[in-house]
Amino acid sequence: MTAVEEEKPVGHGRMLRKEDPRFVRGRGRYVDDVQLPGMLHLAILRSPMAHARIVSIDTSAAQAHPKVVAVVTGADLAEKGLAWMPTLSNDVQAVLATDKVRFQGQEVAFVVAEDHYAARDALELIDVEYDMLDPVVDVRSALAQGAPVVRDDLEDKADNHIFDWETGDADAAEAVFAKADVVVTEDIVYPRVHPAPMETCGSVADFDPVEGRLTLWSTTQAPHAHRTLYAMVAGLPEHKIRVIAPDIGGGFGGKVPIYPGYVCSIVASLVVGKPVKWVEDRSENLISTGFARDYIMRGEIAATRDGRILGIRTNVLADHGAFNAQAAPTKYPAGFFGVFTGSYDIEAAHAKLTAVYTNKAPGGVAYACSFRITEAVYLVERIVDCLAHELDVDPVQLRLKNLIKPEQFPYTTKTGWVYDSGDYEPTLREAMRIADYDELRREQAEKRARGELMGIGLSFFTEAVGAGPRKDMDILGLGMADGCELRVHPTGKAVVRLSVQTQGQGHETTFAQIVAEEIGIPVDDIDVVHGDTDQTPFGLGTYGSRSTPVSGAAAALVARKVRDKARIIASGMLEASVADLEWTKGAFSVKGDPERSVTIQEIALRAHGAGDLPEGIEGGLDAQICYNPENLTYPHGAYICVVDIDPGTAQVKVRRFVAVDDCGTRINPMIIEGQVHGGLTDGVGMALMEMISFDEDGNCLGGSLMDYLLPTALEVPEWETGYTVTPSPHHPIGAKGVGESATVGSPPAVVNAVVDALKPFGVRHADMPLTPSRVWEAMNGHAKPSF
Amino acid sequence: MRVTMTVNGAEVTKEIEGRLLLVHFLRDHLGLTGTHWGCDTSNCGTCVVRMDGEPVKSCTVLAAMADGHEVTTVEGLARPDGSLDPVQQGFMECHGLQCGFCTPGMMMTARALLDRNPDPSEDEVREAISGQICRCTGYTTIVRSVCWAAEHEAAERTSAAADQVKEEV
Amino acid sequence: MQVPAPFEYERATSVDHAIGLLDRLGESARLVAGGHSLLPMMKLRLTDLEYLIDINGLHGELGYVRREGDEVRIGAMTRHRELLESEILAELFPVFMEAEKVIADPIVRNRGTIGGSLCQADPSEDLSAVCGALDAVCVIRGADGERLVPMEEFHVGPYETAVAPGEMLVEVRLPVRPGGCSAFEKVERRVGDWAVVSAAAAVWIDQGAFTDARVGLAAVGGDTVGVGGIAEALRGQRPSEELYTRAGEIAAQSCDPATDARGSAEYKRHLAKELTRRTLRRAVAGTGRA
Repeated sequence: MTAVEEEKPVGHGRMLRKEDPRFVRGRGRYVDDVQLPGMLHLAILRSPMAHARIVSIDTSAAQAHPKVVAVVTGADLAEKGLAWMPTLSNDVQAVLATDKVRFQGQEVAFVVAEDHYAARDALELIDVEYDMLDPVVDVRSALAQGAPVVRDDLEDKADNHIFDWETGDADAAEAVFAKADVVVTEDIVYPRVHPAPMETCGSVADFDPVEGRLTLWSTTQAPHAHRTLYAMVAGLPEHKIRVIAPDIGGGFGGKVPIYPGYVCSIVASLVVGKPVKWVEDRSENLISTGFARDYIMRGEIAATRDGRILGIRTNVLADHGAFNAQAAPTKYPAGFFGVFTGSYDIEAAHAKLTAVYTNKAPGGVAYACSFRITEAVYLVERIVDCLAHELDVDPVQLRLKNLIKPEQFPYTTKTGWVYDSGDYEPTLREAMRIADYDELRREQAEKRARGELMGIGLSFFTEAVGAGPRKDMDILGLGMADGCELRVHPTGKAVVRLSVQTQGQGHETTFAQIVAEEIGIPVDDIDVVHGDTDQTPFGLGTYGSRSTPVSGAAAALVARKVRDKARIIASGMLEASVADLEWTKGAFSVKGDPERSVTIQEIALRAHGAGDLPEGIEGGLDAQICYNPENLTYPHGAYICVVDIDPGTAQVKVRRFVAVDDCGTRINPMIIEGQVHGGLTDGVGMALMEMISFDEDGNCLGGSLMDYLLPTALEVPEWETGYTVTPSPHHPIGAKGVGESATVGSPPAVVNAVVDALKPFGVRHADMPLTPSRVWEAMNGHAKPSF
Repeated sequence: MRVTMTVNGAEVTKEIEGRLLLVHFLRDHLGLTGTHWGCDTSNCGTCVVRMDGEPVKSCTVLAAMADGHEVTTVEGLARPDGSLDPVQQGFMECHGLQCGFCTPGMMMTARALLDRNPDPSEDEVREAISGQICRCTGYTTIVRSVCWAAEHEAAERTSAAADQVKEEV
Repeated sequence: MQVPAPFEYERATSVDHAIGLLDRLGESARLVAGGHSLLPMMKLRLTDLEYLIDINGLHGELGYVRREGDEVRIGAMTRHRELLESEILAELFPVFMEAEKVIADPIVRNRGTIGGSLCQADPSEDLSAVCGALDAVCVIRGADGERLVPMEEFHVGPYETAVAPGEMLVEVRLPVRPGGCSAFEKVERRVGDWAVVSAAAAVWIDQGAFTDARVGLAAVGGDTVGVGGIAEALRGQRPSEELYTRAGEIAAQSCDPATDARGSAEYKRHLAKELTRRTLRRAVAGTGRA
């Protein structure tokens, strides 16, 4: 076991996770594991139709069920003023439908019963009469004259338009496109997908009528933001609301929004005065909670004949579903899609986007997308490959020629994003080295000569993560900054309290390591507290790869604050001036006299102990901070995917995948690798099999894991990873965040590989998901799917 | 109806409805919440437990069907002295888990695999867990975890055999 | 999680007991074996049953693969894993092992049974195509005794079989003929998914020429557990690529696939041809080994 002991750094380095012992023993505690005395169970009746007026709801048979405690409809909520709630995008969403249903799976009524089985039985006893309306399903016709209006609840709303958004300089772009030798245009669809964490959403609401206090266990990635929103929705004073995010079985952005189910459980507990549990089933999860993507993009790229990219522009139609409920910062209605210029030094760029309502589930920002950077990176990495196809040059050479150079950082893009740091070419070279790129191309040439289909796909991405700064970024007016609090106990053990919440990313380990690195207390002596609004400082939560860039910075700075205080106390203990003290991890010593030294543990005891402290210093060794990031951080990476395609059946096999990531300073390489592996699997899933589709009546065709396919161990290769390190200049420890890099960067690599394999068929583009049928159709000249 | 089964080595008898799913019997009636569930259609494998040694999806087995059988859950995976099973240890050593939700099911399948095949290839491990979905790890580290356990157990067997030889000498 | 509606649970202790229960409880009763098709449907509340008769206790009586004379007999409760691991099947009918490797997933295969698969009569189900190619005979037992139904007549429509109320499938019989071999191919979007198209082929060769050839397809609509016309086209001929292609064309013409999330009708028709060619080619190659 010595090998393991060696992997116990005080600070950064590979170490095993502190949270794992409870998980491997089955002692994790997830929302559905919460059992409270007298707890009742809630189940939701959902609309079977995409668009229909509610004529009547008869709940009498359900009410008569012996185990049913309450049945609540939209009309009941309307009486309390709770039928509608605000979304994270300043729209409103029905908690329970009152006037009409606007997507299949929308919440219509709920039952509270003594047990889960009875609650489900009672749903079948509710009789709803619907008057069917024509649904808006095809986003391309949502703005057509005479299209049914989805949101007639909104005053004066006569169409399905939500907003237009624009970035870059249209005239400048037009000028470079006019002078370009080569212009390539491609229609590129990023289909609707779903994050589908293994744990579905749920909550347990426990309202204490005597104290007027609500405790809510909830599958949330943002407990503090949710608390504020519940205060706004339910009218409860915020100090009487405690939101607890216990262990969360994966989030991927799907657990950022507030869903009607959470609100229903709160209302139910308020009404019946008992704890109420709601946990959605998988179908409910897939058909009603936050989907991702659904961008229909026209990409255009302009270049010189010798392969210098001059400009990129795009026109996007965005399907936001029935309510605009995407979770993006207020000033960024298209999220961070503005980084669609990618990693390239170009002369001009322009994007225009229109978002519309349709009769589909609401959402849009989820699935590890870094606020729509998935769509942006997919667009640019696909269109650059289309350009390589037109110019008949190697996609690696084309990219090398156009990557932003290291001396250009900080680099301001043509859409106004300031990339903090980057050294792109070595990252790409490292990926090529691991993959043995030249050898792969040789092998491909040989195979092509034999009629075999092998493809090599490349993507190079730059991410923008770690929102705020708060002056630019907020959600519903809440600034995107994170608090952190550190207490060092008299015996030198510490507790760090975070405002972000883990859904599997290993915060209990990473944040202990960040603090350990700064103050030299061993990781095992540092407990990380998170996911409980009563126990932790305010902050905006975990999504957009923001934990390490924002809360990680907060943890480092709060530890430095404690260290600064410890230095003053040490100076008293050592009877030396502060300036004469030297810090080696875990202890202060007098410069030139290393024997005279005190450890952080000794300082902690002194800070709490008897005797005087240096003048102006309070007892205790605690600190707190609220960190407001100066800029986003910009991790980057180079990915190479190798696929083989069966020419007879068109089945795609991902043979190899090489991922080289640069996320700046690396805190725990094991955890980083794990984050990358998971995202790569997402990428293979989206590229090859995942899609939430609808029939012409608006019925969701992806409503179970039988229909919505997620990759298993047999669809993905053994991942090959590498790294380079370009620290962020403004982050206290230079870290950039990595949680979503691979989800963002991998889909274009897979698609580029498949398209590359199909080059002998003249294929330049094919839309995801590249199921065998779609690949076969592309081989046969129909790149656009017929279904 | 009344069912009696052995769960993690202890006999339990309960009065239940015929329609009760085994996963709910374990979680709600016995409080063994280490077994999770993730779908309705037996596709995700989050709910895998062992029944008479074989991994089964407990969302697709009625508690009544387990009457008279032996069921093992993640809570029964550790060794009798409370120390971790090598599979549990392997998952920790190789980062075979992140959110921990699919982990109990994965470990139960891994344990069953190693009981039948103590030295599986990576492909055999992938095949064995192919009825289970993990959204976090991308599977590579799960495969490594199971192989770690296999190697660890092989080493244990070798050293036990060596001890035996020593004793005999 | 979705849960089944209430029902009465009965446990059969023998085949006769099960048939007695079916007889007594009438059409509101259904048998459950592995449960991996039925229980999800019950959770989705797509079934309307009052009694569920658990026949897992009959595994001792109906869980077997054995050679009897010129037949292999498979008990209806034989689980997929047992079929996959059967040495008799691996030797005589490799199509079984090849199909079982890609039916559902290993854990589902621990519970699912051949009887359950055939009786579910899902048009995308693989074993029906396998049994069709092998010219299987289904043994159905009721209160009045047993009757034999050839596989090609076993399915009377999607999700409908020749098993009448009060009856159950107890055994599948596979004729063993000399000079035979078989193969299976499946295209799926992902491991564990239902087939986009799957094909099973069995051939019998004597003195270098086909004496018989059978192909069963799944997921291409209509009744394709035995594709008509292939035996006629191949019998008496020496195996060749041209013949496989001709058989593939017959297969493609005789099916009626629908466009859905698994693929376009055109693609599925292409697969019917391609997989027929591949399975015939491999089955013929296997005859040399046997």
